[in-house]
Amino acid sequence: MTWRCGIAVFPGTWSERDCAHWVELAGGEPVMLWHAERELKGADLVILPGGFAHGDYLRTGAIARFAPLMAAVRDHALAGGPVLGICNGFQILCEAQLLPGALLRNSCLQFRCQSTHLRVEVTRGPFLSGLEAGRVLEMPISHGEGRYYAPPDQLLELEAHGQVALRYCGPSGELGEEYNPNGSLQHIAGVMNREGNVLGMMPHPERACEPLLGSEDGLHLLRAALAVVGAS
Amino acid sequence: MTASMATPSPAQLRELALTEEEYHHAVRQLGRVPNQLELGMLGALWSEHCSYKTSRRLLSQLSSKGPQVVVGPGENAGVVDLGDGLLCCFKIESHNHPSAIEPVQGAATGVGGILRDVFAMGARPVALLDALRFGDLGDAAQRHRFAKVVEGVGYYGNCIGVPTVGGETYFDATYQGNCLVNAMCVGLVTAPRLLHAVARGVGNPVLLVGADTGRDGIHGATFASVQLDEGAEERRPAVQVGNPFLEKCLMEACLELAGSSALVGLQDCGAAGLTSSCAEMARRGGVGIRLDLDQVARRELGMTPYEVMLSESQERMVLVVERGRVEEVRAVFDRWELRSDVVGEVISAEELQISSEGEMVARLPLPVLVDGFLPRRPRSSRPKEVERDLGAPPLTAGVPWTLEEAWLRLLASPNCADASWIYRQYDHQVGDDTVVLPGRDAAVVRLRGRPDGLAITVDGAHRSSLLDPRRGAQLAVAEAVRNLACLGARPLALTNCLNFGDPDREEVMWQLEEAVAGLAEACRQLALPVVSGNVSLYNDLSGASIPPTPVVGVVGLVDDVRHLPGPGFVAPGDLIYLVGGEGAGLGGSELQRLLGERVLGPPPGLDLELERRAAEAVRQLVTERAARSAHDCSLGGLAVALAECCVAGSLGAVVRLADGPPPPDGGLGLLFGEGSGRYLLSVEPGDGGRTEEVCSRWGVPCARVGEVGGGSVEVVGLAQIPLAAAAEARLQGIAGAMAGPVL
Repeated sequence: MTWRCGIAVFPGTWSERDCAHWVELAGGEPVMLWHAERELKGADLVILPGGFAHGDYLRTGAIARFAPLMAAVRDHALAGGPVLGICNGFQILCEAQLLPGALLRNSCLQFRCQSTHLRVEVTRGPFLSGLEAGRVLEMPISHGEGRYYAPPDQLLELEAHGQVALRYCGPSGELGEEYNPNGSLQHIAGVMNREGNVLGMMPHPERACEPLLGSEDGLHLLRAALAVVGAS
Repeated sequence: MTASMATPSPAQLRELALTEEEYHHAVRQLGRVPNQLELGMLGALWSEHCSYKTSRRLLSQLSSKGPQVVVGPGENAGVVDLGDGLLCCFKIESHNHPSAIEPVQGAATGVGGILRDVFAMGARPVALLDALRFGDLGDAAQRHRFAKVVEGVGYYGNCIGVPTVGGETYFDATYQGNCLVNAMCVGLVTAPRLLHAVARGVGNPVLLVGADTGRDGIHGATFASVQLDEGAEERRPAVQVGNPFLEKCLMEACLELAGSSALVGLQDCGAAGLTSSCAEMARRGGVGIRLDLDQVARRELGMTPYEVMLSESQERMVLVVERGRVEEVRAVFDRWELRSDVVGEVISAEELQISSEGEMVARLPLPVLVDGFLPRRPRSSRPKEVERDLGAPPLTAGVPWTLEEAWLRLLASPNCADASWIYRQYDHQVGDDTVVLPGRDAAVVRLRGRPDGLAITVDGAHRSSLLDPRRGAQLAVAEAVRNLACLGARPLALTNCLNFGDPDREEVMWQLEEAVAGLAEACRQLALPVVSGNVSLYNDLSGASIPPTPVVGVVGLVDDVRHLPGPGFVAPGDLIYLVGGEGAGLGGSELQRLLGERVLGPPPGLDLELERRAAEAVRQLVTERAARSAHDCSLGGLAVALAECCVAGSLGAVVRLADGPPPPDGGLGLLFGEGSGRYLLSVEPGDGGRTEEVCSRWGVPCARVGEVGGGSVEVVGLAQIPLAAAAEARLQGIAGAMAGPVL
């Protein structure tokens, strides 16, 4: 049986079709979820894709979090269902307080689209459980506001509870400012909630799903999640 | 009708970009004196920007014929057939004047406008490219303009989710006053969904959808048709402000409707706003349109009919819909939370009739409004000094640098250097289809469900076109063809943007005539139909014109996107071949520019027939996978191309260009001379024979010049630079210049 992956579409979302392509390559069945609707159409896991939902007006994700669909996403998340926010989706999850912290303007004050390396920091939760800690994944970023920020005490808590999921790194996993494309605190590229079922990340795994596109590393996240969904 | 006014003063006419002669021409055709609104509408549609009144007779030389051509010039964008029912739709357009005044919004709305041209055809945009020109980056004001234009291009494309996959940028002091911002968009559509910008069916409703109409951009078309002057800053209100979020929703809604039989025609509201979109759609359909301005949603109170008709508020489209099916069309816009209003209907009289508050306020016959302009034929003459300058030696003084220094300086010139400072600010991957990323000879976007892909490039004339604009235009076309050949692509068709100065200057008119003739000749010989284009004149500041700058965008097909060569050398021991033309020179070269010299000397030679055959040979070698890397020799000549191949592959090379003692110029011409039709290929040692055989079959010169390997880039007997130094120079060219403060 194939697992249904719900893909949220807000006005201004642009990576829903890329996500659908990625889901299909990983063996799942994509289902588009319109922001104004209130149900997940039987989705086993939910993806909030990249884009500029509602034009990023006010703040990135600040309007999208009030969408009717987000109530259903919240229920799904609180019930332990897998939720992945990519780029703008990560920003929406932070605004919706399903994830801690915030994404600020890149420290270079410019948009950045480039390939990055990511170190897998924890191996729990649906998206990372199939990977080994320290594994380096390659996938691109594409954002103007991706600098992860959380207050110092919250940051300590995140580290203590193993919620820092992915960090920007060099090709062999080494950390350094030269590998941090946006000035994120502690090189953080992705965080998860305490339970591990909600993951937010700035890099785009859906753009790293074929050798032709330069990397297939993005498939690992989804294949792991689909295996978890299948087992539960 | 409101009362006609007395004959307007010359100053009033100038504000509308009309001459007295044109005014009287209008009165004669109408048989009456037009009122102020009508005059404004005539001024906008008769502006150079909308009517091409100066360039039209020249543009007729460009052929749009070819079995692959589905739609040629005259619609929102050109369309070619990719086979199996898939069509490719593309166009390039300028937004030079607005970008000079307000670089972020000027550039952003340039991107927004070209996107609308493509999705107005029912095509989903899959790629954007930009061609940019600025003054010297040593100047803080130029750095500011450059940074802000890049920000603007990125802002719009990134937000709307269309990848910016390539482009070209050129810096020269002659663009100090006028930057050039040309944006190209490529879209895909299946044949049954192709839309046309036409009004048909008397009684069919006309809808205005998208943004509300505001006072922004009034006189944008006329503004683009006069010179910038010292007071140009005051024109800032003529620059529109873009809203890519709104356009994203508009695009999705229009694409959703593209397959529907409820939609008769669609056109974007670009230059001259509602006036031009309604007039042009009706003219194409041989009908008229009656508009009720009271139905137009306004952004501001108290707007006059004049302001409504000439507003260039962005993100608006005009639709003609089948009678009785308005509600199903509006439902789509409602779903995207977009405004849609019935603002008029199609009528049988070939007129544009405008009513406001129950009164007819303008009534213009479309043959007059759209086609009644006075063709202009300004005098042209070739400046006397051209002959002398063409015959002059390219370098008037000695070169103060060693060959190694000159080589590294060229690699660090922003015109040759790594452009990642630019394209890392552009989302170039959204869509999951960009298989060759920016920074290469051409970008490649795959076609889903097929083995082949689109190869796309933009290329423009450089300094040498100042002395020989005909050759300059041809060189731009030839370079585009070479860039595609490096990826094994067959060119399909071309779009062009002609950026020139004030055509009322005799030398500018000469440049325009020469360049168009050159473009026509090159396209004919290289079998490239011209399917769309744009003309931008009056690129002057305080009497100084830009050099003639034709820019071409070419779309081609690669057979198999899984097997494309890189630009860089692949393995030590591979053989390096120089394929193609000979006779490169320093006239108009990048070395000459770096030395601060005027443009002097003959431009690079060009044999279009040889160019065609060389492209065929390279394409065959790439497609057969004999060539492991392919790159053309462009600015900075062979030495720069060689270093680029080395840096891209992180491998050195040893090359021998000539035997015996160095030539009288010390080797400058051999290393840095710029010629056309030249490529550097690397092949496995076993494929050397095949390479020579293919070239000989196409009758193309082919010389084995060296081998890949070592830690430096060396031309035996002349110069040698460490690979790391070459890489650093290339990397710092733009990024280093932009590290300085901006104004």
